Amino acid sequence: MSDTRLYKGIDTRYIPEEPEYVEFDAAERGGPGDRGADVGETGAPDVDLESGKYLKLWQGPNHPGITGNMSVELTVSGDTVWGLKTHVGYLHRGFEKLMERRTYIQNFPLVCRICVPEPDFNEYLYAASVEDLAGLEVPEKAGWLRILTLEMARLTSYLQWIGGQIGAFGVGTVGQWTITHRDYMLDLFEELTGGRIYHMYIIPGGVRGDLPEGFEERMEALLVKIEKLLSEIDLAMFHNAVFKTRAKGLGVITRDMIDRYGITGPNARAAGVARDIRKDQPYLGYDELDFEVVTAQNSDAYDRAWVRRQEMQQSVSLIRQILKRIPKTGPIHTKLPNVLHWRIPPGQTWHRAECTRGEYGYYMVADGTIYPRRVYVRGPSYTHAIAVMEKLAVGTNIADIAGLMVSLHTYPPEIER
Amino acid sequence: MSVKDLIAPFSVWKRAFEKPYTTMDPIDERPGAPRYRGFHTNQMDICIGCGTCETVCQNAAIDLVPVEGQTTRHGDSGLRPRVDYGRCCWCALCVDICPTSSLGMSNEYIWVDTDPDAFRYVPGADEKPWDENELGYAPAEGYELLEKKRVEMEMLEPEEGVSSFKELVQGYSAEQAKIEADRCVACGICVATCPAHMDVPGYIEAIRDDDIPRGLRITYESNPMPASCGRVCTHSCEYVCTKGHNDGEPISIRWLKRYIADQIYAQDYEEILPQPEPDNGKQIAVIGSGPGGLSAAYYLRQLGYEITVYDARDLPGGMLRYGIPEYRLPYDQIAKDIDYIRSLGVTVLQEHMVGRDVGFETLYRDYDAIFFATGLPNPYTMGIEGEDHPRVLSGLTVLDDVTAGRDPGLGHRIAVIGGGNVAMDAARTARRLGCEVSILYRRRIEDMPADEEEITEAREENVRIVPQAIPVRVEDAGNDQAAFVWGEAEMVDQGEGKRPKPVLIEGSHHREVYDSIISAIGQDADYSFLPEEVLAKITVERGRVSVDRFGATGDPKVFAGGDITNTKRDAISAIANGHLAARGIDRQLLKLNSRKQRI
Repeated sequence: MSDTRLYKGIDTRYIPEEPEYVEFDAAERGGPGDRGADVGETGAPDVDLESGKYLKLWQGPNHPGITGNMSVELTVSGDTVWGLKTHVGYLHRGFEKLMERRTYIQNFPLVCRICVPEPDFNEYLYAASVEDLAGLEVPEKAGWLRILTLEMARLTSYLQWIGGQIGAFGVGTVGQWTITHRDYMLDLFEELTGGRIYHMYIIPGGVRGDLPEGFEERMEALLVKIEKLLSEIDLAMFHNAVFKTRAKGLGVITRDMIDRYGITGPNARAAGVARDIRKDQPYLGYDELDFEVVTAQNSDAYDRAWVRRQEMQQSVSLIRQILKRIPKTGPIHTKLPNVLHWRIPPGQTWHRAECTRGEYGYYMVADGTIYPRRVYVRGPSYTHAIAVMEKLAVGTNIADIAGLMVSLHTYPPEIER
Repeated sequence: MSVKDLIAPFSVWKRAFEKPYTTMDPIDERPGAPRYRGFHTNQMDICIGCGTCETVCQNAAIDLVPVEGQTTRHGDSGLRPRVDYGRCCWCALCVDICPTSSLGMSNEYIWVDTDPDAFRYVPGADEKPWDENELGYAPAEGYELLEKKRVEMEMLEPEEGVSSFKELVQGYSAEQAKIEADRCVACGICVATCPAHMDVPGYIEAIRDDDIPRGLRITYESNPMPASCGRVCTHSCEYVCTKGHNDGEPISIRWLKRYIADQIYAQDYEEILPQPEPDNGKQIAVIGSGPGGLSAAYYLRQLGYEITVYDARDLPGGMLRYGIPEYRLPYDQIAKDIDYIRSLGVTVLQEHMVGRDVGFETLYRDYDAIFFATGLPNPYTMGIEGEDHPRVLSGLTVLDDVTAGRDPGLGHRIAVIGGGNVAMDAARTARRLGCEVSILYRRRIEDMPADEEEITEAREENVRIVPQAIPVRVEDAGNDQAAFVWGEAEMVDQGEGKRPKPVLIEGSHHREVYDSIISAIGQDADYSFLPEEVLAKITVERGRVSVDRFGATGDPKVFAGGDITNTKRDAISAIANGHLAARGIDRQLLKLNSRKQRI
């Protein structure tokens, strides 16, 4: 267990132990080479479609997992997947280009749509980039309210993800619970920000509202519910023979892949790489909060799920710490220049944050006009859903594809901005 | 894998006995959170249709449209925002930025209709069930997108101000001007109200861009006297400014105009501003060198006309020079405006009073058209007994004397009768000459026609203001003094829409002895220079010459403008009259299609 402090006062009987490291044996699950395919020098299967042995099979674009509209083109022989190609474009709205034709304030309601389940990271990074280029200081209280919404978003996103992960292996019950609890979280978002999905709360200069009356108590009541839910998830998911059998050894990301593919977030941490921007380059108030990076060793779908499950507990703990630290008084917003014709002096900046899926970054170039010259959004899904997914899928079964995709936790809209 | 892994998942059964999580709409109500961003509301009487919501909306979901029951008037475009819910993303930036805070959002979020067009509606005008919802999104305390406070103008302290005729207003620095210009939302409500319809958002934008020459070019498009107007304009624009709503302060439009004029040296004007077209061979006579006459002269000259201005006085400027004291409008600033107009080839003949030094008939014969803006030189009389006492002076005469460098001989204790700008100017001029000054006015202070700031500044300079004081008579008090007898007035309501009338309270007489009594209760025009045959063709109604929009009188060759034609009787209205008359004359003489606008 990487952080026992998280579990103070909680029934720890059913918390799954950190999985022991098991040397992955490719032959056990069977790579293409072991099943008699022609393997080229690169190790990729040499597929001859003319041979009549192979079939093309499409999954998606209707939400093949719980990931958003994306489709994968499978090359299968029998039940075995010999090749996978990711196709995106179903959610392309051209955000980066749209932003070059909108003023800095007009982009504020736009960015949250780049990643629907976690809009707040976009809002934060956009605001931080604008503030950096414009030389604005954000009031302390606004900073703490920002970090609160970021952790709330993390928990909300994981609640949605965990239902999808176990659902992809055929267990629908957990998803019903977690989506409900996600909705309870959205209720709190609604109270705080005025919106459930698109919060539009973190605005350049600060935030748009203070905590409503009695928010802390309602949040604590929900956190208790979520902790109870997590202990039930431990029983239903992590102590589930079906999940264990199917997820263990599935989609192993080897350590040498981490840097070659640019893998970040839980996908990297499950491989034992303790990389977390909240620790490595603390932003907002993360350096003042008490938490440790969760890692695992086996780097398979089970370990990735385990790491995320620990991080849910971590978020619960962080939200409690943050609520205690939010100053009772003080400004929530810095006065901006007139936003209708706000010019930002030429410059460029790169800001990053640790979202649920890994490193999320915004690169922004200002050219002194009222529009940003360029905004580039770099989410982890680009690597995870395309290069990594295409590599890991080879040798799995058709029925594993959905589970594998969800275990990489990808959100297509951030791939195609 | 263990036995536990096979048994543990069955624990999910526990949840089967729980109450369902779902809300059973419509049996269970589930209202939006108190600050939920739901459907829009708009308070129609507070909204002024400035369109800032439309500007900020990145989805182009808001259009300003005419609405039944809303009329266009000063400070209100008469339009109201229409929201298209096929486009709206409920970000509420429109609510955040609304300068009047009329636009809001209710916490209602359910709306079912079979007609898709129903979802494009005008909040507030099309009645909706959530119109009276008190809950819903509103900008939080401490979060404001627009700056309400204006950049304070540095002024001389009142004590220092009354000690000399130095200009009181110090002007903005570049930094201050840019901050003030940044506050503007560029809605253009002011443009409609400005008598000259100056492109205010345009020149304010030029200040923001630090492109002062562009700002000067924009001002000269509709106002050839920015240095003067930037100081003494009655700024009706500021009274309607969108930023003046919701406890905000209007943009300092007048000071920003002054800032533009102050930044550029007179000798650089020629390089920046457009130069006149080649001479077209037609000659125009302008009578009077006040703002009206000079404005007509400037715009006609731009079109290539040869202009001769006839002026009775020894220096040009009319009331700008002789009616406004130096501490409000320094003479070098009038000169800056006028010298530039003259440098374009406009001839100004001083001490050429039409009717005295040159006949109107001569001008009528020699020129292709005549524009006259002769102003209001004759003071009204109070119509009370003893008014012809030698110690009773006219406000205009006093101001005139001071301008000409003569001692008006006021003495020490003086009274000024009247509540207009001339009264304030006379009173404050007298303070600068060391007098102890009282202003007596028939009505209440809020009824005074003088600019608000003039009244405030007069008070700061220790001018005593006695409202509701009706002049009764002037008596000789001997010792080269006059006694002013006045009675207290009560304000009698005259019904809705009419201003209350002061009525003398019997037996409430006061008698005060003064060295001088300055009467400044208004002036009248003098048309004695107009020959019979011209007078027969033009109409004079209640002292004002009747003209059309382009200053045309009943005589096709004669145009008029300025205080003698308009009711506002201020510099900017005269400038607007001159500009329009230039257009009118141009059309008349060149027989142009009336839609074509050359200047």
